[in-house]
Amino acid sequence: MTTPRVAYALALGDDALVLAQRLGEWVARAPELEEDVALANIALDLLGQARTLLRYAGDLEGAGRDEDALAYWRDDRDFRNALLVELPNGDFAVTMARQLVFAAYQYELYDRLRASSDDTLAAVAGKAVKEVHYHRDHATQWVLRLGDGTDESRRRMVAGLATVWPYADELFQPDDATAALVADGVAVDPPTLREPWTSYVEGVLAEAGLELPEAAAPRSGGRRGLHTEHLGFLLAEMQHLHRSHPGATW
Amino acid sequence: MPEAYRKTLIRQIAQHAHSEIIGMQPEGNWISRAPSLRRKAILLAKVQDEAGHGLYLYAAAETLGVSRDQLLEQLHTRKQKYSSIFNYPTLTWADVGAIGWLVDGAAITNQVPLTRCSYGPYARAMVRICKEESFHQRQGFEALLTLTRGTPAQKAMAQDALDRWWYPSLAMFGPPDTGEQVSGGHTEQSMRWGIKRFSNDELRQRFVDMTVPQSEVLGLTIPDPDLRWNAERGHYDFTPPDYDELFRVIKGDGPCNAQRLAHRVAAHTDGAWVREAAAAYAAKRRAETEAA
Repeated sequence: MTTPRVAYALALGDDALVLAQRLGEWVARAPELEEDVALANIALDLLGQARTLLRYAGDLEGAGRDEDALAYWRDDRDFRNALLVELPNGDFAVTMARQLVFAAYQYELYDRLRASSDDTLAAVAGKAVKEVHYHRDHATQWVLRLGDGTDESRRRMVAGLATVWPYADELFQPDDATAALVADGVAVDPPTLREPWTSYVEGVLAEAGLELPEAAAPRSGGRRGLHTEHLGFLLAEMQHLHRSHPGATW
Repeated sequence: MPEAYRKTLIRQIAQHAHSEIIGMQPEGNWISRAPSLRRKAILLAKVQDEAGHGLYLYAAAETLGVSRDQLLEQLHTRKQKYSSIFNYPTLTWADVGAIGWLVDGAAITNQVPLTRCSYGPYARAMVRICKEESFHQRQGFEALLTLTRGTPAQKAMAQDALDRWWYPSLAMFGPPDTGEQVSGGHTEQSMRWGIKRFSNDELRQRFVDMTVPQSEVLGLTIPDPDLRWNAERGHYDFTPPDYDELFRVIKGDGPCNAQRLAHRVAAHTDGAWVREAAAAYAAKRRAETEAA
């Protein structure tokens, strides 16, 4: 049964899974070979987080669903990821803007989740926070280079930030599943992450000589299964082979 | 260092580096569709290894006084080549397993002797690369074994992949040692210089002898009716690949040559503004440090 704890593990796992799928699209397309390695590596870290979290959600649920049943047999309305991670990659600046926004969020989240009263979530966070520290650093270095590089890179970086900015707010919104867990010390209350996240991201933009994007109407819905049109295509591609052979072992 | 030796090494190391990075495409083709999360992780890690091999090899070539940019330019303008095997398409998931088992298997057969070749930086790069390739070969074999023990559709997928990849894999060892096609090749001179240690046909035979028993474990049929053990020679007899097809593919007329190169050039061109930005940023930081 979908308890708040299952829903919470799914939300964290789906964020990681969907972003891993997006970053995997960069492989063999990156601006230089070092970035093929880096983006594949970040995707692998996220995929590892997703597998552990989905497995845990399946165990808690007790309905016999493993990581693959959850990844491949749920439809988009059952995915609980934030909209940010399902956005198309865009150019390298859009991807790096999203990486900065998301990795800075994930870093603050996992840093606090290490103290969760749920031993599994605490252990996942303990490992993931080290990985995400690198992801945040990687995105930071690129936002600095692109923001303070050439006129073209600056223009693209500004546009990239504007593209992803409306989707940042959802990361800090409380939702029903999380609210039920915060009091028990299982989950991190999303609104508490906003201040440290803002402080970090503003620091990076200031160093890059970039203005904060103008406020835009926030977009949300992912945590309730209301996604963008993009997620359906991402899942269609990810799921089709697995679903074409029901019951097969790979 | 004799100029001809240097040039031969650059050509060979560059071709090898280019093969690693072009080879990311046919396998990367299945990252988004891998049929389980475990297989997706294995494949991502593998393709990342290929990019890493490209990096070491371009670095090995740089010790000979040529830059990565220059070598990529040669690749993009078709002046240097990459392994013809990557001009074949990966049509099903089983192709990913077949590339690991056969293509990486053939690559290891070719490359293990290079760990003792006469040029140190290349030999040392090959030590690490061969360890990783050997791991990939086992992963490919294991992926196919899972298919052959699976549903009838999975087993058929594995057999179809072997049917399509067998002869192109045999062709990876290059033209035969004798006959009209041997003229103009580099084998004899490279062997004298200790860059190449065994002939194409010796390596091809070694690969066949290693692979046939593995195909029996998989329960798959190698698509060669004349394949049989020759007790007198102590080797398998087999039908050679179609060398005319090999030369056509090398010359650019394979199923995916245009697609692979266009993809590579597009990635490079689309990323130019990023590399320019990184260079401009680094120059600004250098100027600041010097001013301080």
